Amino acid sequence: MTSIFSQIWAVVAMNIRSLPRRLWMSLAAVFAVTVVVAVLLSFLSMARGFSQTLEGAGSESTAIITRSGSRSELNSSMSNETVKILSTAPGIARDANDNPIYSAELYVIVDGIKRTSKTEANIPMRGISPVGFDLRENVEIIEGRLFTTGRNEIIVGAGVLREFEGFEIGKELRFGNTEWTVVGVFSTGGSAFESELWTDARTVQTQFRRGSSYQTMRVLLETPGDVSGMVELVENDPRLNLDVETEAAFFAEQGEALSYIVIVGWVISFLMALGALAGALNTMYTSVSSRAAEIATLRALGFSNTSAFVGTLVESVLLSLIGGAIGAFLSYIFMDGISTSTLGASFTQVVFTFSLTSDLFINGVWLALIIGVVGGFFPAWQAARLPVMVAFRQGN
Amino acid sequence: MNDEILYDLKSISKSFVKGKEQVTVFDGLNMSIKQGDFLAIMGPSGSGKTTLLNMLGGVDQPTGGEVWFDGNRVDTLSENGLAQWRANNIGFIFQFYNLMPMLNAARNIELPLLLTNLSKAQRKKSVATALELVELSDRAKHMPNELSGGQQQRVAIARAIISDPKLLLCDEPTGDLDRHTADEILQMLQLLNEKFGKTIVMVTHDPRAAEFAKRTLHLDKGEFVEKDLAA
Ligand SMILES: Nc1ncnc2c1ncn2[C@@H]1O[C@H](COP(=O)(O)OP(=O)(O)OP(=O)(O)O)[C@@H](O)[C@H]1O
Ligand SMILES: [Mg+2]
Repeated sequence: MTSIFSQIWAVVAMNIRSLPRRLWMSLAAVFAVTVVVAVLLSFLSMARGFSQTLEGAGSESTAIITRSGSRSELNSSMSNETVKILSTAPGIARDANDNPIYSAELYVIVDGIKRTSKTEANIPMRGISPVGFDLRENVEIIEGRLFTTGRNEIIVGAGVLREFEGFEIGKELRFGNTEWTVVGVFSTGGSAFESELWTDARTVQTQFRRGSSYQTMRVLLETPGDVSGMVELVENDPRLNLDVETEAAFFAEQGEALSYIVIVGWVISFLMALGALAGALNTMYTSVSSRAAEIATLRALGFSNTSAFVGTLVESVLLSLIGGAIGAFLSYIFMDGISTSTLGASFTQVVFTFSLTSDLFINGVWLALIIGVVGGFFPAWQAARLPVMVAFRQGN
Repeated sequence: MNDEILYDLKSISKSFVKGKEQVTVFDGLNMSIKQGDFLAIMGPSGSGKTTLLNMLGGVDQPTGGEVWFDGNRVDTLSENGLAQWRANNIGFIFQFYNLMPMLNAARNIELPLLLTNLSKAQRKKSVATALELVELSDRAKHMPNELSGGQQQRVAIARAIISDPKLLLCDEPTGDLDRHTADEILQMLQLLNEKFGKTIVMVTHDPRAAEFAKRTLHLDKGEFVEKDLAA
């Protein structure tokens, strides 16, 4: 029994030593798996990064109120009246002076020039009330200072600074009819808000001629996750036509629409994997037929057909795993941590970071392994069934 | 030399099915080989020499009959059982040497020992002895394509005897060599037979090669014929 391992090992070693004879074909098989794994991991890391961004954005202790059915902040609108009524709803946390803690916000779209493509893209500019800053978790000014109420000052999300040109502190920008000054940079730990510009809500109302209307309202909840008080109020007041959700639920919903990235990624990778599989099969059948005399000779010498089988399978799995490792490595080098932006649900740019986590890597390794095993199995079977008589028929 | 029978083929039949056609090569062939024999098998092309050798080597199975080797029946063994049996009892020498092109001479010779439990040191020692026997000690590290045909066949002989099998089976061992080199190989086989007591069965077309054997059997249409007496 000990000899079965030395047999298999000897056959595997011989196969590997004979690889240079089939160099180009083997490299092609490796390359095919590389591409498949790289594509899969790119999609998965993109989806992961996107959902991390959206998940990170939502908090359980904040509720977001939008006009019923608007689905996104941009399509929502609400009057100052509505904001006033809602601020009296039960369940809203109150400050030391017993005033409800909420931020009525509005949202305009401005243009910025992307660093990579030098093209214009939309950036949401959000007007918040001073407490709005505290209504977001993990938010902090990482450079400069907060905007001052009533002045044309903005703070920029770290994602915007990364992706767009001309948002450094001190820069003057022209949006609408007015000049704005960048006074600070804020970070939210990678969530969607990082792709926004923030300023004072009143200033936005004035400069963009929005009267006294807002689009959304954020409130701090007395009990995290509990929006029942506000929901009840909205249901009992026919003037109010609003959706009340925790922020976490709101963003999760937005993220769901993008789960198609994962599905598309798997479908494309699967189709490409079929191609790689065909390549692996072809390579391995060629390998077996080019080694036929050697396999048969070893069998004549007393090597078991198991060793011929395993030797071939190992060659295939090895080529595939090398391909998979290169694919994973390349996607790690080129994908992980790169920021990009995509059109978010509200037609604005959501800046997010590709995130290639180890559980995603495992998907790539599995895919490579499956290609290697399936692509090697049938040729290996043929190798094991090769008649030993072949050894007598031809020379090397 | 004792008269013990090493190999006994009892009423062997062998036919190949090719599509709808059935080719019968042997039909009731009997043959016994004594321990220590050096047997040459000659015969016209298609007479069944290689087929017989394959069956002797457990590489091909007879369609009917019984094969007894050293007192054990071998035609009923499983495929891996046969492989194991071959590893223990049979050394093959092929017309085209069948060396592994990516292994050097010493590693080629070592191959059958990988099927044993010998340690690395023991294997190395055996390989050195075998290389000495075939007078190729100075070529141990050479790759097959750096060796002449005769040298390659000597490596193959060393590989065939390394695990000390009882029986050597040679299919046209000199078919690819010139006269002089062929004689060297044949002398080596003779030495293995006479000095080391190996039983040898050699298929050949060459009457001069057959002269090195102790006896020659002529195969014609799947039967042994008494050619010696007729000649
Ligand atoms: N695998 C096979 N399938 C079908 N027929 C076969 C097979 N092997 C051998 N035969 C047939 O069996 C017969 C004997 O073949 P074999 O190879 O044993 O002859 P041989 O005596 O070795 O010939 P040669 O001197 O040309 O090597 C031939 O008619 C051959 O066509
Ligand atoms: Mg023949």
